[in-house]
Amino acid sequence: MGDFDFQVIIESLPFLFDGLLISFQLTFLALIAGLAWGTILAVMRIWGPAPLRWFSAVYVNIFRSIPLILVIFWFYFLVPLLIGRPVGNFTSALIAFSLFEAAYYAEIMRAGLNSVSRGQVYAGLAIGLSPRQNLQYVILPQAFRNMIPVLLTQAIILFQDTSLVYVVALSDFMTSASVVAKVEGRLAEMYLFAALVYFVICFSGSLLVKHLQKKKVA
Amino acid sequence: MIKIDNIDKWYDDFHVLKGCSLEVERGEVIVICGPSGSGKSTLIKCVNALEPVDSGRIVVEETDVTARGTKLPLVRARIGMVFQHFELFPHKTVIENLMMGQIKVLKRSREAAREKAESLLKRVGLADQAQKYPSALSGGQQQRVAIARALAMDPIAMCFDEPTSALDPEMISEVLDVMVELAKEGMTMMVVTHEMGFARRVARRVVFMDQGEVKEIADTDTFFRNPETDRAKEFLSKILAH
Repeated sequence: MGDFDFQVIIESLPFLFDGLLISFQLTFLALIAGLAWGTILAVMRIWGPAPLRWFSAVYVNIFRSIPLILVIFWFYFLVPLLIGRPVGNFTSALIAFSLFEAAYYAEIMRAGLNSVSRGQVYAGLAIGLSPRQNLQYVILPQAFRNMIPVLLTQAIILFQDTSLVYVVALSDFMTSASVVAKVEGRLAEMYLFAALVYFVICFSGSLLVKHLQKKKVA
Repeated sequence: MIKIDNIDKWYDDFHVLKGCSLEVERGEVIVICGPSGSGKSTLIKCVNALEPVDSGRIVVEETDVTARGTKLPLVRARIGMVFQHFELFPHKTVIENLMMGQIKVLKRSREAAREKAESLLKRVGLADQAQKYPSALSGGQQQRVAIARALAMDPIAMCFDEPTSALDPEMISEVLDVMVELAKEGMTMMVVTHEMGFARRVARRVVFMDQGEVKEIADTDTFFRNPETDRAKEFLSKILAH
C-alpha cells in the first residue's frame, strides 16, 4: 500500500464530482423518461388494441435482446442523421438510455398493473370512474406502489450502466476517473476509488430497497 | 325501476346466466340467494354493466344499460355497489375513498365532497376513522366504509354482492344493521346474501337461483314457509338446518 498516492484522488475531486453529476443527471432523466414510456408500453400491452399490443411486445423484446452498449452507440450516430443536426453526446445517450430502460420498466409495470386485483378495477368503475380515470386514480397508483422495490433495483442497475457512455466520450464519473487514471498514471488508485464510489451509492440503494420491502410485508 | 329482461351470459363455453328476468320496484328490497356458482354475483354485476351480457336487456330507470353507446360511468355512478371483499382503495384514506367519486365523477367541490363524506361516516358510526387507511380498519368497519362510499354518490339503488360473507361472525351484525337502516329509509336494494335472517326482516321478495337460472321469485313469507321448487326446499333445509 506504500506506493499508493491518495493525493491524486483529492486533487481531482472537483473534476470527478462533475463527472458524478453527469452520471446522476443521466440516471435521473432516463429513469423518468423510461418509466413514463415504459408505463405507456405496459398499458398498451395489456389493454391496447391488437396492433398496439403487438408493437409493445415487439419493442420490448427487441430492446431486451440487444446489448445496451450497442444502443448507445447507434443512437450517437442515428439521432443526428434523423434530425439533421448534431445533438451532443449527452442528449443522444439520454435518448438511448430512456428507450432502452423503457423496455425493462414496461415489463415491471406490466407485472405491477396485473398485481392490482380485478375487484379494485370493478370498484373504481362502480363509482362511475371512466376507464381512463380508473387507470389514473385507482390502478396506476397501486401498481407503482407494489413495484417500488423492483423499480428502485432497476434504477440502481441503470446507474451502474451509465458508465457505458465512455463509448461516446461522455465524461460521466467513470470516464472522468479513467481520464485522471491515465493522465496521472495512477490506474490502481483511481479504479479502486471509482469502484468504492459505485459500491457505496449502489449498496445504499439496495439497503433502501430492503427497507421498503420489509415495510411492505409488515 | 330495475328491469332485467331475459339475459344470457357465457364465460367461454360455460353458460353462467340462462334467460334470467327480474323486476325490482322503487323502494323494494330483494334478496337473491342460491347455492354457490348459481350465477347470483354475476347477475348483480350485470345490473351496472361491470359484466356485459351476451343477450337480453337491462333497463335502469329508462336507461338501457345493455345498449351500445350508453354512457356507463353515469349509470354506474347512480347504482351503489358493495362487494364481498370491500374493495376500498388501499392507497387512499377512508375519507378520500368517500370523496374520490364525488369529485371525479359528480364534479362536486372538495368542500362539498368532504362535508358529505363526513356526514356519511357519522351515519355508519365511523366518524373517528376518517383519516385512517383502510388496512387499519376491521373487516366490518371496512364494509361500512364501502357502503358509505357507495352512498356518497347519492345512488337511486344499491346492489350488495355477498356483503357479509368475508366477515368474521361477530362483525356481521354491524354491517347488517346499516343495511337494515337503509332498507327502512326506502332505498331500493338488490342483495345477494345467505343471511336469511336479514332476508326475513327486510326483503319484500326473495329470488332463488340455481345453475344460472332464476328458479323462483316469491314473497319472502311464502318463500320461507312454502318454497315452490324442490331445489329451493333442499337449499333452505341445508341453510336453515342449524
